[in-house]
Amino acid sequence: MTFDYKPMQHDLAKAGYIADDALAMALCLTVGLRRPLLLEGEAGVGKTDLAKALAATLETRLIRLQCYEGLDANATIYEWNYQRQLLAIRAHERDAMPSNAIERHIFSEEYLLRRPLLEAISQPQSPVLLIDEIDRADQEFEAYLLEILSDFQITIPELGTIAARSLPHVILTSNGTRALSDALRRRCLYSYLDFPDDTKELAILHARLPDLDRRLARQIVRFVQMLRREDLEKKPGIAETLDWAGALVGLDVRSIHGDPAAIQASLICLLKTEADLKSMPREVTARLIGKVA
Amino acid sequence: MPLVAASRMTGFMAHLRERGFAVGPGEAELVLGTLAADEFPDVSAARLAFKTMLSGDRSQWSRFDGLFDAYWFKRGLRLLESAPAKDAFRSHRPRPELWDKVLPPEEGSASLGRIARLPGQAEGPDGAGGSGRLIASAQDALMRTDLRNLVSPEDVAEAERTAGRLARAMRYRLSRRRLPARHGDAIDLRRTIRRNLSRGGEPIELRRRHRPERPVRLVVLLDVSGSMEVYSRYFLSFVRGLVGQWLQAEAFLFHTRLVRVTEALRERDPSRAIRRLSLMTEGFGGGTRIAVSLRHFNQRYAKETLNSRSVVIVMSDGYDTDPTEALSVELERLKRRARRLVWLNPLLGWRDYAPVARAMAAALDYIDCFATAHSLASLAALEHEFARL
Repeated sequence: MTFDYKPMQHDLAKAGYIADDALAMALCLTVGLRRPLLLEGEAGVGKTDLAKALAATLETRLIRLQCYEGLDANATIYEWNYQRQLLAIRAHERDAMPSNAIERHIFSEEYLLRRPLLEAISQPQSPVLLIDEIDRADQEFEAYLLEILSDFQITIPELGTIAARSLPHVILTSNGTRALSDALRRRCLYSYLDFPDDTKELAILHARLPDLDRRLARQIVRFVQMLRREDLEKKPGIAETLDWAGALVGLDVRSIHGDPAAIQASLICLLKTEADLKSMPREVTARLIGKVA
Repeated sequence: MPLVAASRMTGFMAHLRERGFAVGPGEAELVLGTLAADEFPDVSAARLAFKTMLSGDRSQWSRFDGLFDAYWFKRGLRLLESAPAKDAFRSHRPRPELWDKVLPPEEGSASLGRIARLPGQAEGPDGAGGSGRLIASAQDALMRTDLRNLVSPEDVAEAERTAGRLARAMRYRLSRRRLPARHGDAIDLRRTIRRNLSRGGEPIELRRRHRPERPVRLVVLLDVSGSMEVYSRYFLSFVRGLVGQWLQAEAFLFHTRLVRVTEALRERDPSRAIRRLSLMTEGFGGGTRIAVSLRHFNQRYAKETLNSRSVVIVMSDGYDTDPTEALSVELERLKRRARRLVWLNPLLGWRDYAPVARAMAAALDYIDCFATAHSLASLAALEHEFARL
C-alpha cells in the first residue's frame, strides 16, 4: 500500500468530489488496509456523496444500507422468499416429490433474497459498502455489524456458511444522534468532516456547477460562510449551498447585491427551520450581503 | 522523512494513551505494520495517516495534531503537560457534603465514618424487583413530610434511600413495556414455514412476532443552586435511581453552568465517580442561570439525547437571574425537540405558593406538566406523568 494520497484526491476530483488532504488520506488507508472507515460530521457535508465518488473512482458497485431504528438482521443480511416457497411447496406436492427433497429445493439459493450485507460480500469485485447513519440503528445491531465487519462471513442455517468472495470497502457514516460504542470505533479508521472552508467550497461549486459565474460563486460562498457563523439551529451544508446557487441561477440573479426580494425569498434553500428563517429578516440578510465584497 | 524507529513510535502511542486515546496492541500492530510497508512522502502525510488510524472520535480528532507536534517536535509541550496536573489537584479538593450520600465515601477522608450505603445498593425486597407497590404504610408519615422539614439524620438517610427506590421502581415499570406481547401483530413467516414443513408446508400453526413498544427516553435537568439546596440531595438520589441502569436516560446538573453527569452517576468505581463529579464543586450552591444552562443543553446535547419519545424533566424552583425572555426562547426550543416537558417545582407544595417568579410564570406556557416535588409522596405520584407520552 502507499501513503501517497494525491492520486486518490485527483481521482475523486475527476468524479466530481473535492476531498481535502485528511479525507483523501483516510480513503487511501481504507482501500489499502481494508479497514472500515467511520465518517462523522454535520448533516450535509457530503458524507454519503463520498461513498458514491469512491465507487465511481474504483469503478465498482455501491451497495447502500440505510440504517433506521428497529433495523434487524433479517432486513440487512438475507430473507427467504416465503411467497415463492409456499407456491413451490404446493406445486411439488402435486408431483408427489418426497418432502425432504422439497425442503432441499426451497432452501436453495434460488429462493434466497440477498439483503445489502450478504450482497456486499458475494460480489466478484470489491464493492463499496455504505452503511449510512449507523447511529440511527439500535445498539444490538451495531454489535452484530461488528461481527460481520471482522469476519466477513455469514452463516445461513439452511445453506451453511458463506465466505466473502471479495472484501468490500466499508464506509460508515454517523450524524452523532447517539454515542457509538467504543468497540465499533476501534474497529474503524476515523475521519471527521467539517464544513468546508472558502477555497474548498468554491472548488466544489465549480466542480458541480461549471456554468456558474465565477464572481457570483465567490459571493455565494462568502455569504454562506458568514451565515454558518450566525446562531442557527441547523447550519446550511454543502448540499444547501448547491441548491441555493441553483436557485439564484434559476431566478436570473447575476449578483448577490442585485434583487434583495429574490435573495430573501431564495433563503429557504439555505435555512430549513422556521426559527432560522425568522432569525434572518431582511435587515440581517442585508447586513451580511453588505459584508460580501 | 526517514523510517521512524519502532521504539519512538511505541512511545508516541503511550503518549496518546495517557491522554485518553483508546490505543491498544491492535492499533500498535496496525501502525507498525503500515510503517514497515512503505515510507511516507512527508511529515504531514504521516500525521494524517496516524490521525486516521489512531483517533476514535471528534474530540480526539481535533486534539491529535497538537499531540503529534508535541511528541515529535516538542512543540507546545508545556501547555499539554500541565493539564493533567490541574485535574489531579481538583480531585483532592473536598466535594460538597451533598455527594456523600450519593457517592461512596472518599478514601481517607473524614466522611468515612458516615453512612456509606449507596442508594443503588440498598436493595430491599420491597424495592425495584417487586410489584411496584413500594411504599409500606409505616413510611407514610415520612412520605408526606415536606423534605425541608426533615431534621434527624435517620430521617434524612431514610428519605434519600426511599427516593432512590422510588425511582428504580418507576424505571422497572417503564422498561417493562419492552416485553413482547403473547399475541404479536405480524406473522413471522420465517418461523411459520419452518414450523409447518413437517405438515407439507401447509401453514396450520401460525407463528407471530411483535415489535416491542419503544421505551420512553428520560432526560433529567436538576437545579443544584443555592435556593434548591434543601431539596437537591433527595432529588439527586432520585435522579441517580432513575438513571441507574436504564440505558435511555440522561442526567444533567446545573446552577450557573450545565454539566452532564449520566456517566458519573452510573459509575461504580467511587474514586472515578468523585473525579467526574468534582467539576461540580465549583460554583455549587450559588446562583442560578436557568436560561444559560438550557441554552447550553439545547446547543450541545439536545440533538443526541432528545427524540420524539423523550420526556424532559426539569427540577428547579424557577428562580433565575437571567432575563425571562431568554428562558422562554430556550424552553420553546426544548419543547420542539422533546415529546413532553415536565417541570417539578418543590415550592409548589407550599401553601399559597403561586408561580410568581418571573421565570416560572414565563415557563408555564411551554410545560406539559407542572407538579410539585416537595415530599416523597409527590415524587411517587409522578410515575404516570413520566410514563405517558
